[in-house]
Amino acid sequence: MPETSRRGLLFGTAAVSAGALLTACTSNEPKKSETAQSNQPAADDKPGKPVTIGFAGPQADHGWLNAINENAKSRAAKYSEVTLEITEGSNDTAAQIGQVKTLINKKVDVLVILPADGKALTQVGLEAMKAGIPVVNLDRIFASPQAYRCWVGGDNYGMGLNAGTYIGEQLKDKANAKVVELAGIDNLELTKQRSQGFADALKNYPNIKLVARQAADFTVESGQAKMAQLLQAQKKFDALWNHDDDQGVGALRAIQQAGRDEFLMVGGAGAKSAMDAIKADNSVLKATVLYPPTMAASAIDLARALGQGKGIGGLAELEIPTSLTLYSAVVTKENIDQYLPTGFS
Amino acid sequence: MTQPVSSAQQSGPDKGAAPAPVAEPRKKDGPSRTFGLRADVRNLSLLGVLAVLVAVGGFTEPDAFLDTGNLQLILTQSSVIGVVTVGMTFVITSGGIDLSVGAMVALASVWATTLATQEYGFAGILFTAVIVGLGAGLVNGVLIAYGRMVPFIATLAMLASARGLALQITDGKTQIVTVKSVLDLGLPDSYVLGIPPLVMMFAAVTVIGWLVLNRTTFGRRTVAVGGNAEAARLAGIDVRRQRLCLYLLSGLCCGIAAFMLIILSGSGQNTNGNLYELDAIAAAIIGGTLLSGGRGTIVGSVLGVLVFTTITNIFALNNLQSDVQQIAKGAIIVAAVLVQRRTSAHGET
Repeated sequence: MPETSRRGLLFGTAAVSAGALLTACTSNEPKKSETAQSNQPAADDKPGKPVTIGFAGPQADHGWLNAINENAKSRAAKYSEVTLEITEGSNDTAAQIGQVKTLINKKVDVLVILPADGKALTQVGLEAMKAGIPVVNLDRIFASPQAYRCWVGGDNYGMGLNAGTYIGEQLKDKANAKVVELAGIDNLELTKQRSQGFADALKNYPNIKLVARQAADFTVESGQAKMAQLLQAQKKFDALWNHDDDQGVGALRAIQQAGRDEFLMVGGAGAKSAMDAIKADNSVLKATVLYPPTMAASAIDLARALGQGKGIGGLAELEIPTSLTLYSAVVTKENIDQYLPTGFS
Repeated sequence: MTQPVSSAQQSGPDKGAAPAPVAEPRKKDGPSRTFGLRADVRNLSLLGVLAVLVAVGGFTEPDAFLDTGNLQLILTQSSVIGVVTVGMTFVITSGGIDLSVGAMVALASVWATTLATQEYGFAGILFTAVIVGLGAGLVNGVLIAYGRMVPFIATLAMLASARGLALQITDGKTQIVTVKSVLDLGLPDSYVLGIPPLVMMFAAVTVIGWLVLNRTTFGRRTVAVGGNAEAARLAGIDVRRQRLCLYLLSGLCCGIAAFMLIILSGSGQNTNGNLYELDAIAAAIIGGTLLSGGRGTIVGSVLGVLVFTTITNIFALNNLQSDVQQIAKGAIIVAAVLVQRRTSAHGET
């Protein structure tokens, strides 16, 4: 009897202390936190009449969406007259419809909606517009233009186009250059658009051939696995375009594991880790094409301008435009300092 | 299918008397030999499938497929899911199922790569990954063995909550590992005689798993519980404790796999281990482990994992796109199981 209780005591103490140590280990607080922000506002900075903006987005389950939320929040905090009503993010269409309806009932002045699924949320967008609340549709577009007052979002085709053009310019003097593509989730339309843009850009350079393409699924794990296979399949090539910097972490790991460095790599989206690597210039990663999460900050600017009945500073128009497609800039070592603050982790 | 168990069941009526001493020795010699034989035939057919795949790979892409680099690659890519599959094989053999393996790998890998954990270095990461895996496995085990929940439901609940907790810890961010001693284990300089450390860990887990399942009382009890839990109980086996230990074991394997995944990918992410549960179950099943329990083979499971990784490898080397890959993968699974069933039926008669 004393035998078992002593053992029980031993295991008990071990379990409790392991638990205490572990719970101390969930902390992810960085040494200091910096938020991605660019500093020029779209509309002017002078406080106008008070505006309440309702914001509904999907669940921030990866870095880019997380940056979207942070950008929206910190932008709204910049304006003393703006109140931001932000909902709990959800990937469930029904839940998100409910959240938008709640915001409509609260009679917010303007709505910013990043739908989990653009087509599925069209109806509730229409409802808001009919109730007299202008909707700023962020990135994933509604099925009907009647469902939003203004759309602002990224350019997937342009991402591919700019990545392809950058690679083309780097390799234009090289005969029989070989290029490899590590795509994102193949089921998504945006992946098709990115690949199409990339292929179209490469057509301008007859000396370059796309020799291999594999699709990963935006995760580090899949990036490592697919890149390892690509490296095994292509013993020598000149350039690689990877659609997404998150999976790029895995791709870079695979490249390091294979001990390869004969090619240049271009990333996509604009993660902080990728930008740090470009700045340090100690890996094959030489550039990344943006899909900027600052679009959420711009959406808040547009919503504020809509709420106050202003146009965009610097444009002759009295009204803000119906549609704004953002430019997918190519970030290289030369211009990295300008973009570094917008990198997301 | 398992003779000792069904005979033990017939001796069921006189409960509690002394069925344990009767059942134990029978289990030892009689069936284990026939098991071995049947498993061998199945494994042989799976080896045949693997040989066909190697021939296809060697024929279509001789330069890229047939070199040591590719062998290292296939084994490395098999290692993480392989360790998970060993744990899964035990659970399935006992008539259970663990749907939470992928989520446990995700949770353990992100918990072990937080900035706070990384401050404790190599040991901190390894310790956290293993303990988190064990902890999640313990919850599964208690719910199933003592809470009398159906394994499917209990582990489905764990799948959801472990993924949720992983997301909460990371906030959706990718956690980059900066501990050099961990990162170095994934690089070629750490290979011993050309064998990557990850492959050695995989081999070690496989050998230990095989020994435990085939050469220990624990392994025989696992088979007995899977064959007929009521009979096993009457035979004096503490079925509930056995179940608890099995889900703990699966959690442990997931913790080890999470540590290996951290070495492989140099990071922790809440999306890690995506759909591992399906991959692990599929590998165990085509390996010859019975989904209804009572029969399990570690060698078969490992061969199953190798078949899957080799297929993926051949597709990637031939630059086939994911749509074609998915269609062909489904077809190959069906073909492999059909071929295997044919040959093992011959073996039995």
